[in-house]
Amino acid sequence: MTEMKKLPAQPAQHRWPFWLGWAAVIVLIVWSFTGMPSFELKQNAVMVAKSMLDGLIHPDWSYVWTGDGEDLTNALLQTLGIAFLGTFISAIISLPFAFWAAHTKNKFWLTSRSGKFVLTAIRTFPEIVMALMFIKAVGPGSFAGVLAVGFHSVGMLAKLFSEAIENMDNGAGESVTAAGGTRLDVTILASLPQLLPEFVSNTLYRFELAIRSASILGMVGAGGVGTPLIFAIQTRSWPRVGIILIGIIIMVTAVDWLSGALRKRLV
Amino acid sequence: MTLPKRAFPWQKWVLTIIMVLGLIWSAFITDAHMGKFFENFGEFTKIFVEMCQPDWSYTTYVFQPMIETIKMAVIGTLIGSVLAFPYALLVARNIVTNKVVVGVFRFILNIVRTIPDLMLAALFVAVVGIGPVAGVITLAIFTFGMVGKLFYEAVETIDPGPLEAVRAAGAGRLEIIRFAVLPQIANYFVSYVLYAFEINVRASTVLGYLGAGGIGVYLQQALSMFRYDRVGLMVLVIFIVVLLIDYTSGKMREALL
Repeated sequence: MTEMKKLPAQPAQHRWPFWLGWAAVIVLIVWSFTGMPSFELKQNAVMVAKSMLDGLIHPDWSYVWTGDGEDLTNALLQTLGIAFLGTFISAIISLPFAFWAAHTKNKFWLTSRSGKFVLTAIRTFPEIVMALMFIKAVGPGSFAGVLAVGFHSVGMLAKLFSEAIENMDNGAGESVTAAGGTRLDVTILASLPQLLPEFVSNTLYRFELAIRSASILGMVGAGGVGTPLIFAIQTRSWPRVGIILIGIIIMVTAVDWLSGALRKRLV
Repeated sequence: MTLPKRAFPWQKWVLTIIMVLGLIWSAFITDAHMGKFFENFGEFTKIFVEMCQPDWSYTTYVFQPMIETIKMAVIGTLIGSVLAFPYALLVARNIVTNKVVVGVFRFILNIVRTIPDLMLAALFVAVVGIGPVAGVITLAIFTFGMVGKLFYEAVETIDPGPLEAVRAAGAGRLEIIRFAVLPQIANYFVSYVLYAFEINVRASTVLGYLGAGGIGVYLQQALSMFRYDRVGLMVLVIFIVVLLIDYTSGKMREALL
């Protein structure tokens, strides 16, 4: 054991794209730092951060329930309602979009490509802008939030649905056809039982995300817990910000947990 | 021959009833009137039509903030991922065996993950003032939460063989990470960071709405002045940039995995 065996050198042709990639990343990072205002903590910032932390540690518990309908419980329930109804609407709208975008259902390639393109466009359209457009249409309040969540979610939900359709096993459908089943029989006996759990699971997942969206849409006036939060931040009443944040964290965690448990049983 | 009888699907019925009740309740609490929506649909389409005629002369003004948005996303992703890397090792059950440490730090990570990005932006704008710095901090924390979870899940799925081998050869904790953990997960990490970058570019376009820098600031100005032609242009620019970045990043991720 006096002589150690040398490891063979790594092939060189695999290494130069590797280093080139890293060089590009480093250039990108250095470029990003140019023109950024330098990070300096002003005296004011330290003070604000201190009082914010103080408020977060001593939340305003009295705001949880006041009984006049302007309290945290009510705002959180409203957020939950926006997410629930919004996700439900988007699940219904997503179905036709999903069949449009699934390439296994369309013989002509351009059909599913265009469907996928439309879904990407919907996903990229900023949700806040959508919320503001709906506020223009139906006035400020929760309903605008419902519509914004409902239409924005289609971009992602329909994509997930279409992927479920594309990954569907054709065997069951073929065997129904072989046994003399009609197209309707294929849909009811083969496609639906396969797709339904997947669809419900995707919808639940989207609901988890919708809860997060619904709690920020209020910042632009679309109802839910975001409205009291932005007021509390603007008036610098940190104890109230603290209790609202705690409320949101508890609600999001509870919904994530519940929906996660349901999804585990489904798939 | 008859098929065996199916048991009465209690669960399905209970779930359906809960769904219907939830639907009625949520329609009630959100004050939803579909009629109102269709009544005012003209207003909505009017805005949409205005947005479909972008104000092309505004393009030169949009260029600079869009660059700033991408820069914010790059720095935020970088800081968040750099912080998430050691943290992920700390909360991975196969690296740190102390259950209390893992439990406490995972709890903190989960809390960070529940706070929506715009909410963080509103908080940091209040602390560090209006500007891209608030956006960078927001994106860094947002990335930390998102990537941290992906990281530790990747670390937990690695093959324990090399770990044991390196440990048997007398390696310390850092050497185990360097020679047994990193080679197995490096590609996943880079892929997750790219994925986080894609999401951050999308997120950073709206952060400015609350004053956290980038194109969102201009979006907010145009929206408050009802210049939907400019909003349309910005949405178009955002769309093109996001598509380009998603495409490049997707190709890179494919090459990695």
